[in-house]
Amino acid sequence: MLMDTILFYLFAALVLGGGILTITRRNAVHSAIFLILSLLGVAGLYLLQSAEFLFAVQIVLYVGGIMVLFLFVIMLVNLDQAAKEKQFNRQWTVALACAGLVGAEIFYFLAKGAGAFQLAKGTAEANTGMGNTERLADALFSQYLLPFEIASLLLLVAVVGSVVMAKKRI
Amino acid sequence: MQTVLQHPLFTPILVTLVIVAVFPLLAGYIVLVERKVLADFQVRLGPMRVGPHGLLQPIADALKLLLKEDIIPADADRSIFWLAPVISTFTALTAFSVIPFSKTIYVADVNVGILVISAMSAVGILGIILGGWASNSHYPLLGALRSAAQLVSYEVALAFALLSGLMVAGTLSLQGIVQAQMQRGIWFVFSNYGFMIVPFVVYMIAATAETNRAPFDLPEAESELVAGFHTEYSGFRWALYFLAEYANIFVVASVAVTLFWGGWLRPFPSVKWLALLDYLVPLLVFAGSGAASLVLVKRLKDPLQQKVLVGAALLLVVAGLVYVIPAVNAAAIGPFWFLFKVSLVIYLMIWFRGTFPRFRYDQLMDIGWKWMIPIGMGAIVVNAALGMLPPR
Repeated sequence: MLMDTILFYLFAALVLGGGILTITRRNAVHSAIFLILSLLGVAGLYLLQSAEFLFAVQIVLYVGGIMVLFLFVIMLVNLDQAAKEKQFNRQWTVALACAGLVGAEIFYFLAKGAGAFQLAKGTAEANTGMGNTERLADALFSQYLLPFEIASLLLLVAVVGSVVMAKKRI
Repeated sequence: MQTVLQHPLFTPILVTLVIVAVFPLLAGYIVLVERKVLADFQVRLGPMRVGPHGLLQPIADALKLLLKEDIIPADADRSIFWLAPVISTFTALTAFSVIPFSKTIYVADVNVGILVISAMSAVGILGIILGGWASNSHYPLLGALRSAAQLVSYEVALAFALLSGLMVAGTLSLQGIVQAQMQRGIWFVFSNYGFMIVPFVVYMIAATAETNRAPFDLPEAESELVAGFHTEYSGFRWALYFLAEYANIFVVASVAVTLFWGGWLRPFPSVKWLALLDYLVPLLVFAGSGAASLVLVKRLKDPLQQKVLVGAALLLVVAGLVYVIPAVNAAAIGPFWFLFKVSLVIYLMIWFRGTFPRFRYDQLMDIGWKWMIPIGMGAIVVNAALGMLPPR
């Protein structure tokens, strides 16, 4: 249990530290690396919740897929020029409002504790011996099949749309 | 002592130490085999100077790499230049942790094993991209961009091929996949009425691309990009990239063997009397190759080299004879079959390199997106349909 706590704080520090460094670094590639660190921290937190499937998918998709494409684009950009430009914009009122809202939300959850969450009933029968992946697949393809299919349709639309936009003549 | 031996972490830590200690040497010898085999394809001799028939070449190479000057380009991003090969090596070696070498010899039996390997190979791409970018030089950057595009494309095909295999296995755990093949008494490559050979071929092609090997070695095409992403690397850092590359080759070969060729199972695992093979094949492989190299001794002129070769041949013969002892055989036959099959797959990949000319970049993308991915998707559909049929 102590190990879990230590690991939790380690991963949480990774997430927060990575996040802060992502927005404060001037060099875009360094920012991307710290974003990767932050995402790896999130993956670690998933693992601590024994959600192994999410852990692996988080790394495969975010670190291996999305961040690789990010870096791919960053490398094609003139970094010296980008580093000279202003790093922060002046919309601090909007930012303050967002931060305040999130802060209020966190404060509410901290004050109310576990009572703030409506936990699903499934958690009680979680230890049926089935792995995390199997249970996730079971829920995704039976209980939540319609939302799942709608989400995949949405992604298909995005894929087709990007092809249409990128290619003038098909 | 007894408590140490029975501690649940004893085998994992031991196996980890052995892998980390032995793999660099093994990688060196895979390189030697590769050079020798390629030399044979091209009717040359290959390395011959260090040791009998170049047998000690890997050790000389390793020493040379360790002692070489470590050069960092003046305008390089030093921290990332330092970090990139570390990422590559770390991820490549981490992937070993879920590979089952036998029923008892493995580091961890994770129930998302295959996904861990995909995740590690996905993160490993970052090492290549960052290394190419941090060098602050043209060829490495071009190599890095090529490899990013190539690896992201072929990862999709690889995932589809793996999915077909996983549908047959019904589990993501690599140990579980081997157990499933044992229970059904069939290697998955012959499963589904032999149709599984299609995803296996897709897997092998995608895996060759994924490990940046010829004919898909565009990221390090010598004729165009000097050495691609690791042009500016030298000495030990370069050795780390090299180690990572061969570790990746070993890992993709292990996944192929585990998912399609029965992992540490012997051929026909359900036929009892064929347990004979457990004794016969190791004896034939080890003692046979030992005897064959004894014949070669006469051709050597240097007496010292003759002695070294005799020693190596005797070691092989002894290794073969040790496998006849039933107790040793029971413990060591799993790793034997596993490593035997892995070496065959690695030999196949070397064979590819010796046979096919390098693809052009547009051909590479064509093969990836217009052939491999559709075939992979189709294979999933067909496999799903065949899987619904009553078992034979």
